[in-house]
Amino acid sequence: MQLFVDAWREGWVMLTSGSIDVWKIVWASVLLSGSATFLALLIGLPVGYLVGVKRFVGRRAALVIFNAGMGLPPTVVGLLVAMTLSRRGPLGFMSLLYTRPAVVIAQLIIAVPVVMAITAAAVSAVPRELTLQARSLGAGSVRIGILTISEARMGLLAAVAGGFGSIISEVGASSMVGGNLEGDTRVMTTAMMLFSRQGQYGPALALAVVLMGIVVFVNVVLTGMQTSADRWEREGR
Amino acid sequence: MLHLKGAPHSRRLASIALATALVFTLVGCGAKATTTTPAPAKKIVVSDVVLASTTSTQDSGLFDVLIPAFEKAFPQYKTKVIAVGSGEAIKLGETKDADVLLVHSPAAEVKFLADGFAKVRQDVMYNDFVMVGPKADPAGIKGSADTTASMLAIQKAGKAGKTVFVSRGDASGTNAKELTLWAKSGITTPTPTADKWYLSTGQGMGETLKVADEKGAYTLVDRATWLSSAASVPGLEIVFEKQKTLFNQYGVIVIPEAKNEAGGSAFADWIVSAEGQKVIADYGVAKYGQQLFIPNAK
Repeated sequence: MQLFVDAWREGWVMLTSGSIDVWKIVWASVLLSGSATFLALLIGLPVGYLVGVKRFVGRRAALVIFNAGMGLPPTVVGLLVAMTLSRRGPLGFMSLLYTRPAVVIAQLIIAVPVVMAITAAAVSAVPRELTLQARSLGAGSVRIGILTISEARMGLLAAVAGGFGSIISEVGASSMVGGNLEGDTRVMTTAMMLFSRQGQYGPALALAVVLMGIVVFVNVVLTGMQTSADRWEREGR
Repeated sequence: MLHLKGAPHSRRLASIALATALVFTLVGCGAKATTTTPAPAKKIVVSDVVLASTTSTQDSGLFDVLIPAFEKAFPQYKTKVIAVGSGEAIKLGETKDADVLLVHSPAAEVKFLADGFAKVRQDVMYNDFVMVGPKADPAGIKGSADTTASMLAIQKAGKAGKTVFVSRGDASGTNAKELTLWAKSGITTPTPTADKWYLSTGQGMGETLKVADEKGAYTLVDRATWLSSAASVPGLEIVFEKQKTLFNQYGVIVIPEAKNEAGGSAFADWIVSAEGQKVIADYGVAKYGQQLFIPNAK
């Protein structure tokens, strides 16, 4: 128990003293995972929407691929990306391995299937009758698209949360592809591994608390947005 | 029960077969028990010995021959090797999470003893460190007069943006040696924030070598790990070696009042004995044409 007490005290001191090292690591996590989530949404939302809404040959196959992609182990993604970006790999000429862009790429690949699958499920759950009625009232494709998205916004917020959640806590791919370089690709998860191995439980615990805090904060905000939409519908405010 | 009466043939057959098989196994086991134990053998109680050692030692492959040899001599011990950096291994010794340490960070080992965490430290073996870097050698340290000259050359080339140095950054024995080299050359310890040419991975030697290979950078590595890893990092080669300052001494420390102090002592005594030293001396000669570690227990 003493271990926890000592670590907690040490961690608190580290955080409040504004030790640049710790907050630099937090910023790296937020920056890299945030960018990857943003790009994943940019790619995943439109594709997920199209697959969810349009009926086409191979739609079922696409949905199966999305769902399989969600179950893809992040470490497998990390391995494949590391091998591809390695100097001896096909994209080696870009010298991307062990850089921040490499981490964003790996996290992007992990998050995109999550966003696509949840988006497709969310928009396909919008009752077809609604869009048909809108069309019969004279709405164009774009207007219908906007209508579908706003109807599915609860699910879309879940897609954002899902995409971000799948990568902010990820350690295997981030480590393999980023190299845990201090001040560069060292993120909260890889730093926690380093501190823990060195027996420096204070900083490790500090980062754990910050990471949990971020995860909780993001989910509170997104859930708040979801339920406020719900409340608005029920009570009109 | 088995409902053999009036049961279909298949069920009857299966039941008979099962019963026969059961009888045979029981008879067989019974027979074995009476024929293979002529004298009542003392049952060996196997206990775990936790050996905290370094990633360098493990990456060199030494444990693949050392541990089986030790366990053959002492079948009552099963060794669990925790390979971390020397600094971390020593921390495991402080918290008594390990029974015995095999590390290569002499200054830290001496401090460990001085702080009262252990009583005895023994020399086991030594090898040396080498500086590896890109074949093109942008810092031009091939043929440097001494380590001071080479460290200064790396710093100069780094500042000019021509090259990069990758550090272990994990309080390991290799890291400690690297920091000593900077200090000996009169250079204040570089940090990734202040010096853009200095990278710190915070990981083991294998990972650090891979980063150095990818970035075309210089790094310090112990010869044993280098010999066993060189093939996986084709972009690097030895650019500086065979200096007194690059000497690398390994020591073994038993942790008093650890969970299995007896096992730890057995390991320490064995590794400095003639038998253990011979295993060390023979390692690597067949595969690499040279000794990876040179035994030097007193």
